[in-house]
Amino acid sequence: QTGSITGKIVDETGQGLPGVSVQVKGLSKTSSTDVKGNFRITGVANGSATLTASYIGYRSVDMDIVVNGNTVANFSLKPDSQNLNEVVVIGYGTAQKKDLTGSITTVGAKEFQTGNITSPEQLIAGKVAGVSITSNGGAPGSGSTIRVRGGASLNASNDPLIVVDGVPFSSNLLPGAISSNVIAGVGNPLSLINPNDIETFTILKDANATAIYGSRASNGVILITTKKGKSGAPVINFSTVNSYATVAKKVNVLSAGQIRSYVNANGNADQKALLGTANTDWQDVIYNSAFSTDNNLSIAGTFKKVPYRFSAGYLDQNGLLRTDNLTRSSAALTLNPTFFDNHLKVDLNLKGTLSESRFANQDAVKAAIQFDPTQPVYANNQYGGYFEWIGSTGQLNPNAPRNPLGLIEQKTDLGKADRSFGNLRLDYSFHFLPELHLNANAGYDVSKGYGSVNIPAYAAQSFSTNGSATHYDAVQHNKLAEVYFNYAKDLKGINSNINATAGYGYYDNATTTYNFTSYNALGSVISNPVFPFDKQQNRLLSYYGRVVYTLADKYILSGTMRADGSSKFSEDNRWGYFPSAGFTWKAINESFLKESKVFSDLKLRLSYGITGQQDGIANYSYLSNYYNSTNEQQYYIGGQYYHFYTPLAYDRNLKWETSTTYNAGIDYGLFKGRVFGSVDVYYKKTKDLLSTVPIPVGTNFSNLLLTNVGNMENKGIEASVNIGLIKSDDVNWDMGFNVTYNKNKVTNLSLNPDPNYKIGAGDITGATGTTLKWNAAGYNPGSFYVYKQTYNANGAPLEGVYEDLNNDGVVNDQDRYFYKSPQPKVILGFTTSFNYKKWTLSTVLRGNLGNYIYDNVSSNLGVSRNVLSPAGLINNAATSLLTTNFVANQFLSDYYVRKASFLKMDNAGLAYDFGRISPNRATTLRFSANVQNVFVISSYKGIDPENALGIDYNLYPRPRTYSLGVNVGF
Amino acid sequence: CKKDLNLTPTNDLTSDVVYATPAGYKQVLAKVYASFATTSGLGSDKSDLGGIDAGTSDFIRLYWNAQELPTDEGLCVWNDPGVYDLNYLTFSADNIILRGLYTRSLYQITVANEFLRESTPEKLASRNITGSDATNIAAYRAEARFLRAYQYWVLMDLFGNPPILTEENTIGIVSPQQIKRADLFKYVESELLAIEPELLTLPEYGRASKGAADMLLSRLYLNAAVYTGTAKYTEAITYASKVIAGSYFLHTAYKNLFLADNDLNNHETIFAINYDGNNTQNYGGTTFIINASINGDMNPSSFGVPNGGWGGIHASSTLPAMFGTLPTKDQRYMFTGNKAANDDIGVFTDGLRITKFKNINQAGVTASSTNGTFTSVDFPLFRLPEAYLNYAEAVLRGGTGGTINDAVTYVNRLRHRAYGDDSGNVTALSLDDVLAEKAKEFYWEGYRRTDLIRFGKFTDASYLWPFKGGIKAGRAVDATRSIFPLPTADIIANTNLTQNPGY
Repeated sequence: QTGSITGKIVDETGQGLPGVSVQVKGLSKTSSTDVKGNFRITGVANGSATLTASYIGYRSVDMDIVVNGNTVANFSLKPDSQNLNEVVVIGYGTAQKKDLTGSITTVGAKEFQTGNITSPEQLIAGKVAGVSITSNGGAPGSGSTIRVRGGASLNASNDPLIVVDGVPFSSNLLPGAISSNVIAGVGNPLSLINPNDIETFTILKDANATAIYGSRASNGVILITTKKGKSGAPVINFSTVNSYATVAKKVNVLSAGQIRSYVNANGNADQKALLGTANTDWQDVIYNSAFSTDNNLSIAGTFKKVPYRFSAGYLDQNGLLRTDNLTRSSAALTLNPTFFDNHLKVDLNLKGTLSESRFANQDAVKAAIQFDPTQPVYANNQYGGYFEWIGSTGQLNPNAPRNPLGLIEQKTDLGKADRSFGNLRLDYSFHFLPELHLNANAGYDVSKGYGSVNIPAYAAQSFSTNGSATHYDAVQHNKLAEVYFNYAKDLKGINSNINATAGYGYYDNATTTYNFTSYNALGSVISNPVFPFDKQQNRLLSYYGRVVYTLADKYILSGTMRADGSSKFSEDNRWGYFPSAGFTWKAINESFLKESKVFSDLKLRLSYGITGQQDGIANYSYLSNYYNSTNEQQYYIGGQYYHFYTPLAYDRNLKWETSTTYNAGIDYGLFKGRVFGSVDVYYKKTKDLLSTVPIPVGTNFSNLLLTNVGNMENKGIEASVNIGLIKSDDVNWDMGFNVTYNKNKVTNLSLNPDPNYKIGAGDITGATGTTLKWNAAGYNPGSFYVYKQTYNANGAPLEGVYEDLNNDGVVNDQDRYFYKSPQPKVILGFTTSFNYKKWTLSTVLRGNLGNYIYDNVSSNLGVSRNVLSPAGLINNAATSLLTTNFVANQFLSDYYVRKASFLKMDNAGLAYDFGRISPNRATTLRFSANVQNVFVISSYKGIDPENALGIDYNLYPRPRTYSLGVNVGF
Repeated sequence: CKKDLNLTPTNDLTSDVVYATPAGYKQVLAKVYASFATTSGLGSDKSDLGGIDAGTSDFIRLYWNAQELPTDEGLCVWNDPGVYDLNYLTFSADNIILRGLYTRSLYQITVANEFLRESTPEKLASRNITGSDATNIAAYRAEARFLRAYQYWVLMDLFGNPPILTEENTIGIVSPQQIKRADLFKYVESELLAIEPELLTLPEYGRASKGAADMLLSRLYLNAAVYTGTAKYTEAITYASKVIAGSYFLHTAYKNLFLADNDLNNHETIFAINYDGNNTQNYGGTTFIINASINGDMNPSSFGVPNGGWGGIHASSTLPAMFGTLPTKDQRYMFTGNKAANDDIGVFTDGLRITKFKNINQAGVTASSTNGTFTSVDFPLFRLPEAYLNYAEAVLRGGTGGTINDAVTYVNRLRHRAYGDDSGNVTALSLDDVLAEKAKEFYWEGYRRTDLIRFGKFTDASYLWPFKGGIKAGRAVDATRSIFPLPTADIIANTNLTQNPGY
C-alpha cells in the first residue's frame, strides 16, 4: 500500500519557499516546492519514513513521519548563517563558498545596513574585516572613501576596483577631480546604483582572489551582484523609506555673548564699535532638518519561461545644508533566459538612472563658523539684503567671510547626471563537451553629467566678477568585451577535480569634457576656452587564466595569471604580468575531523601573488607633449598677445607599480555553524610606486615628476567571528564581530635614499602653502609633521614656544617632527540582530582606534587675531581660543593633532514583520524604524572624529537620521 | 589590436607639430618670456612646479621676496611659510620661498634650453624654415640665451653655486653638475658677450634688446668682486656707458613708470615683465606688489584693484627715513600711514605703506581686470637710472673710462626729475650717497639685497634695521647669509650638489 505526502514549506517569515528540494531518505522519491511552497510526493510506502527538506542558504531539516495514506508534513526552514553551499561570484566565474581558495568575504542582502541608505557602499560599512568605508560627509549623494587593507599606493589610486555584474567601473581621472570615478554633475558615481537592486557584495582581498584582475587589483576588488529574476509567478515588492535627518552636532564656536565680552575686554575702540546687537547662531541659520523619501517597486517572476526582474526607484533626498537636494529615478531590468536545454544561459542586465541635484554652496559651512554672531542675518544693502562686511569706502571688505545664508541662497548650482550601464552575458556549455563553457560578456557604461552655476551680479560671493553664469557638460563612454573558456571536470580515477579558465578582455574608457565660455551675470565674458572639448581616453587589453586543482576534496592548488597592456605606458613598458598561487587545505574533510562535534568547517589558506596599479594617474604621462595656454594666460609681445606652448614634464620609462601580497588564513565553523568566521594575516609590499617625487631640478619640465620610485608595505591581521547565540523557533540572536589591525608604512621614497627626504601629502587651510602631512620613509603615509608644543605650569600651551628638538639653539623647520597619522591602527565592526517572533531589533557599531586628526578649525579660527581681525572686522572663533589664548595662528603646533579614536553606532533598527497578512492571500507586510548615526563616543572635541583625510575643516556634518519604512509584497 | 594602446591627447601637441611653423617657434619663445610672468599656461591657480602654492610662486614675487624682505626696505606681516625667516634673515635650506625661487629659475632655464635645442640651424633646415623666418628665429635664439643668462645671474647672485644645464643636457632624470660661483660668472659673461651683437637694438615691446644685455653686463661687472673676488669696475663703466649712449631716456614723471599703461611712451624701461588684468593673470608680479602693499581700509579702488587689498608688505622704518626731513620735495617719496615704527611685526599698520605701484593709467582710469584684483602694470627689470648709478658707483670705486663729473651729472638727472627742479641737485658724491640714491630710485623694485651685499652692509653689525637677525633693534647675522642655501629637496635629489657654507 502506498500513500502520498503533501505539505508546505515556509521560511522564517512564514512565507512559502519555492524550489525547496524534498526527499524521502533512502528512496529516490524527490520533489520540489511550487511557487507557494507546496509539494507533493506520491507512491510512498506506508510506514515510517524520514523526509529531508533542503534549500540553498537554509539549514536542511529532517523530519520523521509515519506515512498513512495521504499524509501532511509541513516544514519551516531557518536560514543557515554559514551558507557553505552558497555560490559566490569570484573573478570570471563562481565557486561554492566551501571551495573558495582566497580571502573572500560576501555580504548578502540580509546583512546589509538598513535605514536611509542612498549609496551602495554604505550597505556594508562595518560589516567586513579589512574594509573601511568612510563617508565623505553628510551631503546627499556624497561618496565614501573605501579602503581594503589600507591602500597600497601613494599617488596612484587607493580605491578598490568595483565590478558590477561583470562590468568594471572605470576610473577615468577627470581634470581637477580629486578621486577617480568622478562624473560631472553627481557627487559620487556609485550613488547612481540603486542600493535596493543589490543582492550581494563580494570583497576579494588577498592576491589569490584579486590577481586575476591584474593591474587594477592592488587595492582589492569589490564585486557587486544585482538581483535577478526568479522562477514562478510574479512577486511584486514595494518599499518606502521616509526619513528625517537632523544635525547631530555643531562646531563649537563662541556665542554672541562670548564674542561681545571678548571684544569688549580685548579689542580697541574701533573693534568694539564693530560689534552688532544681534544674537545669530549661523550654524542654525544654514542648516535645517531634512526630509527624504525613497520608494522602490520591483517585480520578479517568469514570463514565458524567461525569468525577469524589473525594478524602479525614486529617491528624493534633502540635505542638512539649506537648498541641498538630490532626486534620483532609477530603473533596472534583468532577463535570465536559458536555451538549448540549459546549454546556453543568457544574462541581460540593463540599468538606468537619472539624477538631479541642487548642490548647496558648501563654503557656507566654513563661513557659518567664522561669521560674527553679533551681526544680523539681513541688512539693507546692495548685496541682496544679506548682512555683509563693508569697508569705510562702501566696498565689500575683501578679507571678510561672506554672509553664510547669502552664500547658499545666492548660488544656484544645478547638476544632472544621466547614466545607463549594462551588459549581456552568454554562458554556453558545449553540446559535445558539457564540461566546457564559453562565456562572453559585452558591457557598456555611458553617462552624461551636465549642469550650471548661476550667481547674480549683486551677490557678495562673486561681486568682484559681477556674478557668474557657467555651465558644464561631460560624457563618459566605457566599453568592455570579454570572452573566456571554462573547463571543469571531475577526474574520478585520480580522485581529483580540475577547473580551468582562460580569457581575453578589452576595456576602453573615454571621457569627453566640453568647454564653454563662462559669463558673468551681466552677460560679459569671464573666460573663453581655447578648445571646444577635451577627450581623455585609456585602454586596457588583457589575457587571463586560472587553474584550480582539487585532490580528494581536501587539497586545492590554484593559480592565476593575468597579462595587462595599458595605453598609459610606452610600448616598452606597456605589458605587466600578474601571477598568483594559492594552496588551500580543507581540513574539515580529513577523516579525523569529519565526525568532529566541534568543527563544522575548517579550512587553511596560503597564498602569494602580484598585482599592479595604474589607476589614478594621468592618461598620457609618458609622452612628450606641449600644451597651449588658456586665454587668461597669454603673453604680450609687440602689441599682440600670444598663446604660449608649454612643454610638459614626462617620464618615458613610466611603468606599473606592483604589489606582492602574502596571505595566510583560516576559515572556521564551529558547532554546526553556530559560530563561524575567518582569520587572515597578510603582508603586502608595493614597489616601483607611482609617486610624484622631486627630481634633480632642471632635468625635466617640472621639479616634481610622476615616476616609479619607492616602496611601501602593509601588514595586518583581520579576524571575524559570527555567533548564533540563540536559535529557536521564536527567538534568534546573531552577532558578528570583526577586527582589523593594519600597519601601513612607506619604506623608501627617493631616488637617492636620505633620512631627511619627505614629500608633501596634504596642506591645511588658513596658511597658504603650509604642508602639514608628509610622506616619508619609515612613517605612515600622510603623517603629521609638526612642532612639539611647550606648555606652562597650568598645562596651557605657550604661544609660539616649541621644543628645540635638535638642540641647536634655534627653533626652526629642522625641529619639526613626525607625530601620528590619520590612519587607524585598529578598525572594529560589530553587528547584532535579535529576533523575537515577528520583531527584529538590530544594530551596527563601528570603531577606529589609534587614528589622529588635525583640528584645522581651531588652528585657523581659534586665535585672537581672527576675532579682532586687522582687516577691520570681527570674526567668530573656535572655543579653543579660550584655552590657548593664542594671538596669532600656530598652525604647526602638535597641540592641534588630536586623538580621534571613536566608537560609533551607525545604525539601530526595529522591524515588525507581519508576514502574510491573511492566510489566503500572498500579501506580506513589514514595518521598520531606524536611527542612523545614533551616537559617537570619542575624546575628540571637533564635529566628527571620523575623517578619511585626517584634517578637520569644513566638514559637511553627517546627519542623525530617523526613518520609517514599509515593505509590501504581493 | 595592440595598436589600440597607442593613444594620444586631444589638444596637446607633439614637438613635430609645435615646431613645424615659424609661428610655433614664436609661441614657444612666448613661453620662455611668459615664464617670468605666469606660473603656468593653465591658470593663475596652477603651477608648472610642484611643492609650492601656485599663487605665491611666480618668478617676480619670489625674487621680490628674496631681494626685499631680508633688507632695510621692507617687511611682510603674513605668517605664511618662509616669510618670517626672510624678514629675520634666519632662513634655512627648507625655506619654501627660496626653494620656489631656485626651482623657478632653473625651470625657466630648462624651458629656454628646450627652445635652443629645437631652434638650431640644422633643425630649422630640416623643417624647411628658411630666409627671413630663419633670421627671426636666430634673433629669438639670442633672446632665449639672454633670458637664460639672466636666470643664471639670479642663481649666481642669490644661491652662489647652482647646478648648470644647457641645451646639451637632455630631458630625463640624470643629475646635472654643480658650478662654482666664479665659474658661473665666466659662463654668464661669455654668454652675454656672445649674444650682445646678435640682439636687436629696438625689438618689439616685451622682447630683450641689446640694451638689456649691456645693462646686465654692467650689473654683472659691478658685482664681480662679490662673485669672483676680482673687481671689474672699468667694464661696469663700459657697459653702463653703452646703455646711456643708447636710445633710452628718462621718463618725465617718475610715478608714471609704475602705472598700468607703463608700456606706452616709455623709453626709460629697458626690459619689463608684462602683465594684463585679463590676458596675463597671475597672483604674483605687480598684482602681488599692489594688492599686498595696501589693505581694504586704504580704498583699493584708488589703486585700481577695487576687490583687492591683501595687507601684507610695508616699509621698514629705515626706508622712509632715507628721504630725510619731511615733507620732502622728492616725488619718489610715496608712503602713507601714521606710524613708521615697526613695533609689531604682525601688524600691517606698524610701518608706512608704499603706494608706488598702481593699477590705474596716467589719465586716472582703472585698468580692466577680470576680478578687480589682477593688474596690468608691467614690472621693470631694467631701467636707465641703473646705468647712471652703476656708472657713478663704478667711477667712485676706481673704475676707469668714466669721470666723476659725468657721474654727478647722471645722478642729478635723477634728482632733477625727482624734485621737479634743481633744488635737490648735488655737487659731490660719496659711495654711501650712491647707495642711498639707489634705494630712493629703486625701492620696491627688487634690488636691495644685492646692493647691500656689495656695500658690505647686509650681514654685519655696521648697519642695522628692524628685525634684522630676528630682533626689533636688529643685530648682525652670520656672513654666510649673503648666499642663500640650496634647497634641501634638490640636495637630496641631485647627489652632485654640495650645500653652501653655513647651512
